[in-house]
Amino acid sequence: MAAAAARWNHVWVGTDTGILKGVNLQRKQAANFTASGQPRREEAVSALCWGAGGETQILVGCADGTVKHFSTEEGRFQGQRQCPGGEGTFRGLAQVDGFGGGGLRIWKVGPGVCRMRQDPARPHIVATGGKENALKVWDLQGSEEPLFRAKNVRNDWLDLRVPVWDQDIQFLPESQKLVTCTGYHQVRVYDPASPQRRPVLEATYGEYPLTAVTLTPEGNSVIVGNTHGQLAEIDLRQGRLLGCLKGLAGSVRGLQCHPSKPLLASCGLDRVLRIHRIRNPRGLEHKVYLKSQLNCLLLSGRDNWEDEPQEPQEPNKVPSEDTETDELWASLEAAAKRKLPDWEQTQGALQARRRKKKRPGSTSS
Amino acid sequence: MAKAGGKSGGSGKKGLKRKAATEESQEAAVGEDGTTESGVQPPKTAAFPPGFSISEIKNKQRRHLMFTRWKQQQRKEKLAAKKKLKKEREALGDKAPPKPVPKTIDNQRVYDETIVDPNDEEVAYDEATDEFASYFNRQTSPKILITTSDRPHGRTVRLCEQLSTVIPNSHVYYRRGLALKKIIPQCISRDFTDLIVINEDRKIPNGLILSHLPNGPTAHFKMSSVRLRKEIKRRGKDPTEHIPEIILNNFTTRLGHSIGRMFASLFPHNPQFIGRQVATFHNQRDYIFFRFHRYIFKSEKKVGIQELGPRFTLKLRSLQKGTFDSKYGEYEWVHKPREMDTSRRKFHL
Repeated sequence: MAAAAARWNHVWVGTDTGILKGVNLQRKQAANFTASGQPRREEAVSALCWGAGGETQILVGCADGTVKHFSTEEGRFQGQRQCPGGEGTFRGLAQVDGFGGGGLRIWKVGPGVCRMRQDPARPHIVATGGKENALKVWDLQGSEEPLFRAKNVRNDWLDLRVPVWDQDIQFLPESQKLVTCTGYHQVRVYDPASPQRRPVLEATYGEYPLTAVTLTPEGNSVIVGNTHGQLAEIDLRQGRLLGCLKGLAGSVRGLQCHPSKPLLASCGLDRVLRIHRIRNPRGLEHKVYLKSQLNCLLLSGRDNWEDEPQEPQEPNKVPSEDTETDELWASLEAAAKRKLPDWEQTQGALQARRRKKKRPGSTSS
Repeated sequence: MAKAGGKSGGSGKKGLKRKAATEESQEAAVGEDGTTESGVQPPKTAAFPPGFSISEIKNKQRRHLMFTRWKQQQRKEKLAAKKKLKKEREALGDKAPPKPVPKTIDNQRVYDETIVDPNDEEVAYDEATDEFASYFNRQTSPKILITTSDRPHGRTVRLCEQLSTVIPNSHVYYRRGLALKKIIPQCISRDFTDLIVINEDRKIPNGLILSHLPNGPTAHFKMSSVRLRKEIKRRGKDPTEHIPEIILNNFTTRLGHSIGRMFASLFPHNPQFIGRQVATFHNQRDYIFFRFHRYIFKSEKKVGIQELGPRFTLKLRSLQKGTFDSKYGEYEWVHKPREMDTSRRKFHL
């Protein structure tokens, strides 16, 4: 039961109390999953990423330094490993293949790392950035030196050094560019392919630290969130503000856009998961109250959000519908012979309609 | 002359009304199928065309007359209806249907999904392990530092002194232009558990910042209706040193729970019932009313109360996750008027 439901969850959210929540937006239900039966604050989830094999596995990084495997097919935690040798909580998780043997390498990135992100196009490239820790792009298969190290912008109009605080990083598709959002309310685009190590584009939004950034499906704009719960869409071609999204009341901790649909999932410290529609029209679609403070989220990128409850129910439904239509046939014998071809079509339509009708009323799992 | 004047004066409106009515009947004698007005007129009047309203009369005096007449008639009808209903209720006696409850804004409150269910385990765990856990597990006892914004005026200073008599184990310090971010580490090293800063504007206190110290949340309130002790009428004598009891009313949502726990953690756990003093934080429609009373039981059911200390009203503006850091801190809840105040029936605390 829990297993079947776990497969159809659209969003996976990690909380401060160590609970992994799977949220089904069609039914507006949330299911809690914990590694040990009880929630524990030491296991606060700080990073989530999809594991190997499509979207069937989730890697959960906890505050006590363990990475747990969670299977969405089975709906339970499968294993965990300890990752010693580091201080602080996980800032990013990446699934890397071809590493073999479970070896653990530690890269010296520097103190105060706020985010590590893997390039979805090239899985062996990761980028890190943090407070007073400039953006660096690393090759996991290469040497210990970063591939690209960003340079700070020029001194400001008072000739003072501009402080660095990269809070979140995203790789832009179809190029080597990266976009970061900083704690000093700046959004910057870097291009490792260009000769300049300084940011190519810089835009500012608001007066509060930006905590999360995500790319929109078209790839020309990003959506950023700050500690006041303000979400804004910023165009990367011109660096200007396209629009804002309302609704959040607390600091934004996790943001993710769907890869094809214009939907944005956001979670934050106000304990509510919100799904916004980014365009035509811009507004709130779903809102689910999850009782703990939410740290990070994973949005499933699959396209068929509406179809899930049908498949487990069809085998049950077909025999019963056959008996019903047999009764129909029996009652309309006389006319049936004349209208045979039409009746078959309407019978198919009736079946489909009944199937559709039963869907919301049925209780599964 | 005088008599005639007196008579007309005495009969007052009715006489004038009759006169006005007759005049109008003469004017509007054309249309016959108007609604007849009940009551005082002679049967010649009330030939108004249908769809006629009092506001269409151009003459202000007459319009006013007609309106007052209509109003009196409405009142009469209402009174008659009430009396009839009361008679019916008495006639039915026990079988009378229950009285309908009047709609108030508090009754009509929009259902809030964040209202805490007492049996909810997840919320219970969340509360049991939050920043106030050490207070509620009796591991720490509160020690409060009360200060103000820079260069406070008399009212604020007196409010701080009175607050420090209300809250046991609290100390008032003069703010000598020190930055809060520098005060906070010093407080932590001296084992303070809470910091209260009363903000002042134009010589009256108007804001309250309550920061729970080791790393706890910071709440920023707007303070209004501040009444010092001497401004409270029929008050009792000054409060004694006994530890008061606390009453927290109506903090139902999850945010309300957090704020309620924050207030509770200001006072020591062991109230001294001998002192008969009680501090009340009453939340109604997102406004928190603070009162401080002394009570005495006159009999089993009757209590007398005297209001003692200062009285003020708070409204939550923001709840921030760490200690005071308004620029770079992460906010758990921020009040956004244009988004959150659109409905008069939706409250957040």
